[in-house]
Amino acid sequence: MGLLLLLHLLAAVAAPLLVRWWGRQAFLALALVPGAAFGWVLTRLGTVTGGGEVTETLSWIPALDLQIALRLDALALTFAALVTGVGAMVLVYCARYFEPDDEGIGRFAGVMTAFAGSMLGLVLADDVLVLYVFWELTTVFSFLLIGGSGAKLAGRRAASQALLLTTAGGLAMLVGLLMVSWSSGSRLLSEIVVDPGSGPVLVAGTMLVLAGAVTKSAMVPFHFWLPAAMEAPTPVSAYLHAAAMVKAGIYLVARLAPGLADVPGWRPVVLGLGVATMLIGGWRSLRQNDLKLLLAFSTVSQLGFLITMVGAGSEELAAAGLAMTIAHALSKSTLFLSVGVIDHATGVRDLRLLSGLGRRMPALAVIATLAAASLVGLPPFLGFVGKEAAFTALWEGGVPDRLTAVVVLVGLVLGSVFTAAYCARYLWGAFARKPELPDTAPEELEHHPGPLFLAAPAVLALAGLVAGPASPLLDHLVVVYAETLPLIAPEAEHLALWHGLQPALALSAVTLLGGAALFALRAGFSRLQHRLAVGASADEGYWNTLQALDRFAVLVTGTTQRGSLPTYLGTILVVVLLVPGSVLLARTPWPDEWRAWDTPLQALVGAVVLVAAVLTIRIRQRLSAVLAVGVTGYGLALLFVLHGAPDLALTQFLVETLSLVVFVLVLRKLPKDIGDRHRPAERTVRAVIAVCVGLVMAGVGAAALSARTTPPVSEEIPRLALEEGHGQNVVNVILVDIRAWDTLGELSVLVVAATGVASLVFLRSRTGAVDRVGEDQAAGGGGDARRAPRRQWLSASDTLAPQRRSVVLEVATRFLFHTIVVLSLFLLFSGHNDPGGGFAGGLVAALALVLRYLAGGRYELGEAAPVPPGLLLGGGLLLAGGTGAAALVLGGQVLESAYLEADLPVLGHASLPTALFFDIGVYLIVVGLVLDILRSLGAELDRQDDEDDPADAAPDEVIAR
Amino acid sequence: MTPTIVLPVVIGGLYAAGVYLLLDRSLTRVILGFLLLGNATNLLLLSSSGPAALAPVFGYAEEEQMSDPLPQALVLTAIVITFGVTAFLLAMVQRSWQLVRQEVIEVDEEDRRVATREGMDADDMDPDDLPTEDRPAGKGNTLPSDVDVEERLAQRYAGVPSDDIGLPPTRGGQS
Repeated sequence: MGLLLLLHLLAAVAAPLLVRWWGRQAFLALALVPGAAFGWVLTRLGTVTGGGEVTETLSWIPALDLQIALRLDALALTFAALVTGVGAMVLVYCARYFEPDDEGIGRFAGVMTAFAGSMLGLVLADDVLVLYVFWELTTVFSFLLIGGSGAKLAGRRAASQALLLTTAGGLAMLVGLLMVSWSSGSRLLSEIVVDPGSGPVLVAGTMLVLAGAVTKSAMVPFHFWLPAAMEAPTPVSAYLHAAAMVKAGIYLVARLAPGLADVPGWRPVVLGLGVATMLIGGWRSLRQNDLKLLLAFSTVSQLGFLITMVGAGSEELAAAGLAMTIAHALSKSTLFLSVGVIDHATGVRDLRLLSGLGRRMPALAVIATLAAASLVGLPPFLGFVGKEAAFTALWEGGVPDRLTAVVVLVGLVLGSVFTAAYCARYLWGAFARKPELPDTAPEELEHHPGPLFLAAPAVLALAGLVAGPASPLLDHLVVVYAETLPLIAPEAEHLALWHGLQPALALSAVTLLGGAALFALRAGFSRLQHRLAVGASADEGYWNTLQALDRFAVLVTGTTQRGSLPTYLGTILVVVLLVPGSVLLARTPWPDEWRAWDTPLQALVGAVVLVAAVLTIRIRQRLSAVLAVGVTGYGLALLFVLHGAPDLALTQFLVETLSLVVFVLVLRKLPKDIGDRHRPAERTVRAVIAVCVGLVMAGVGAAALSARTTPPVSEEIPRLALEEGHGQNVVNVILVDIRAWDTLGELSVLVVAATGVASLVFLRSRTGAVDRVGEDQAAGGGGDARRAPRRQWLSASDTLAPQRRSVVLEVATRFLFHTIVVLSLFLLFSGHNDPGGGFAGGLVAALALVLRYLAGGRYELGEAAPVPPGLLLGGGLLLAGGTGAAALVLGGQVLESAYLEADLPVLGHASLPTALFFDIGVYLIVVGLVLDILRSLGAELDRQDDEDDPADAAPDEVIAR
Repeated sequence: MTPTIVLPVVIGGLYAAGVYLLLDRSLTRVILGFLLLGNATNLLLLSSSGPAALAPVFGYAEEEQMSDPLPQALVLTAIVITFGVTAFLLAMVQRSWQLVRQEVIEVDEEDRRVATREGMDADDMDPDDLPTEDRPAGKGNTLPSDVDVEERLAQRYAGVPSDDIGLPPTRGGQS
């Protein structure tokens, strides 16, 4: 069974390709897939009628105890045969329905095949979660098929309406299924129906499950999505919205009825909605003039009929319901396919415009008549057998309560009268010659239906005809399922054409005569319907609900989103104060004793930091404020040193320096002072919030130490670093080995940040390296006559204007650059055992680049680092990630490190942890980040200035990245 | 473990200054506030590791004498990431200046519009107001088609009620 589902999946994936190769003939090949499934299902008929079942369990997510449990019993077999058989026929039909030059056939074919597979999975699933997954898959594919290419507004609306309603029901059903399986203690449907448990959870769960079934099967008041879904091509209407998907609700009710029919509320909901739906659907169907819509409402009506029967919870009605389900699927899909043929041939579906088609398409007329006859319940069709069985069952029992049985029976008979009337109206409308109308144009039918086009409806209609006399054979299958339900009538009636002169026969005659009368008096009845028409409809209710939801969303958005960032931040901070702050005040154990400081120096540095922080607030000059922040940063580095964290201090020093450079690069473009002063009231509020946050955070900092109750996780880390990581610098080993995953994630953040900077500055293309010195920059700076000294300290510094050059800086750079680079490499390689590492090394190398740029300008940067920053970033990430992947390939854990040792001739004893490669990746990324920043905020802004290029897009320019 | 007085005071001061700057409308000051908050948080993380001790490097200190290395590793990457994010924010300042010659955080116009609007969206249009071919089936009572059905029907069935629905031909626009 799993193989069959896999086959559908593969066919669906391959379908677009097949359509490209073979055109519409590909549908014939695709039809083989459900066809094969149909064949397989039939071969299991013997096993199942003998009372056996076929089960299969595939492992899915063992860790969550999830498995794909599939089970083929009598009920599943009935539906599986319908789904696959009708599916194969509809796909054959598609091969002629579409024109060779139609667009989107490939997509349609794929989705249609995928739908067939998920529908098969739905009826085979035994695990409720698997059932749910397939259930939603059918919803999604139905959405795709209704919406089509998405070009039509009506199609989109219909698709989203169907999706909203059925997924809402589906979600309710998921919760319901979980509640029911909790109540019964098993997730397998086969075990749930045996022992569903009891109690309020079961009742609530059952109602939620019914909500799913009711929306999926288009019961009142959710019926309106089904007629709207008629936007879809006719094969979709015939398959999804007549034979397969809308039957999913029927299937679910039939599947659960043996266990849940006696749950309080089940029968009122199922029987009430079922009968109401049958009547409303039939009534509305008689008002339709579009043949497809007539059939859509007829489907709604029949679904109500079916759910009433299978949900009643008695053996006799369930058997009738199953027979009727088969009859309905066969005849309704035939009728839809016939409309498709008419539509195809004439381009018209309005029964007020069609005339005389019966003579011009006699074969089609015969086929449609056969199907309609089965739907109406004329002997000897299967529909007659099913309807007869239903009437008999209700006459003698059917439901526990006699009064209910009578009401339901009356409702069903009345509904069947409508059925007969609209079927007659359908046949008359589609095929009759209407005296007042000319024959439907065009004279020569545009597409005369060929044999293959008619094959599918013909086969389905004949199946309905043959199944009637053969119903005693069908009884063998149906009864296996029906016997799982209690018998309420005095004796079980078997499916057969002739039961003798019984009350049910008289009821059948009543329905036929009533239908004929309604049809004969159609003009008067139509006027009556018009008079009784009510203004409100479920459809309008749906739109009003959506509209109210939209309005509510606007209201909420308008109230909460005021568009001011300070307001949002202030709100967040106030919440921080109220919630964690109040916990801090109320619940925190305060430390009993305090120390003034670790060392007196700490207090001194702390005072400097605080003064700098206050200055930052006061200063309105941009650069000075940045310098004040820099003082807090450097002070922090000192505090790190005093705390015993040399790596941190090193990194902080380097980053602080680099930050200053980047700030200067950007702020040189901005005015000197920060304008836009705030009102005093605003400043007061800000100050209050700021002081409170400061107090809370200081409290948190003080309380954190004394709140510790368990030993820190890091107690073992130094030992692990030495023994497992073979490194003496514990912090570095944590970064590149013990918590290397973490570092890998942080490296990705750096790459993203670098890309973001470049994207904001480079408008057109952000790849490539920095410009290097070329022919045209030989004497830059505007052609000044006085040339720079011939001896060059730096290779590109003469591209700068002389007034921007500094010989001292050039000389210093010349001497220092290589030394700094060597130092950075030293830090990188010694980092495993001494302070340093990839981060620090990379930052030092980056500072060397900064020096070259500051001394020699943007071309000097290109000479210093003639590589695209993207290459460094990508290469670094690849190296770091590759180290992890390599460990995996060699059989270890991801990012597990190894250690190589050797005695080398010159270097002596050398050791090489693989974590070093990871650290090199870190180094490259840090260098790449800084190079990217220098290239963007430095060189590119210089270029824009030099070339007077504002780098803004022209109004009509489209920038493609 | 006993906390020091100095570190919480420094942490609180940095947080207060950072928050004050963060609530400013000038993007430059927001970035400065962001940096102060970053510094404060780094110090908070480090101070939570306990009292000062020797550097966690073997050969320099014994295991018992070392300061807690884990917060140090966390803070180290945080420093570098703060740098990357700062550079990104600065690029935003630069771009904002380049485009509109100011670096002030404006009130979001889109939010303002939502806050003031009456609430009519393209999608909650009443289906009755749509042209017939866009009306969802099951809704309208008319039937558009490539052949001009409505006019022909109006002539032929004057006075006869109809309750039909606007379904366009699914076969596309052929007649």
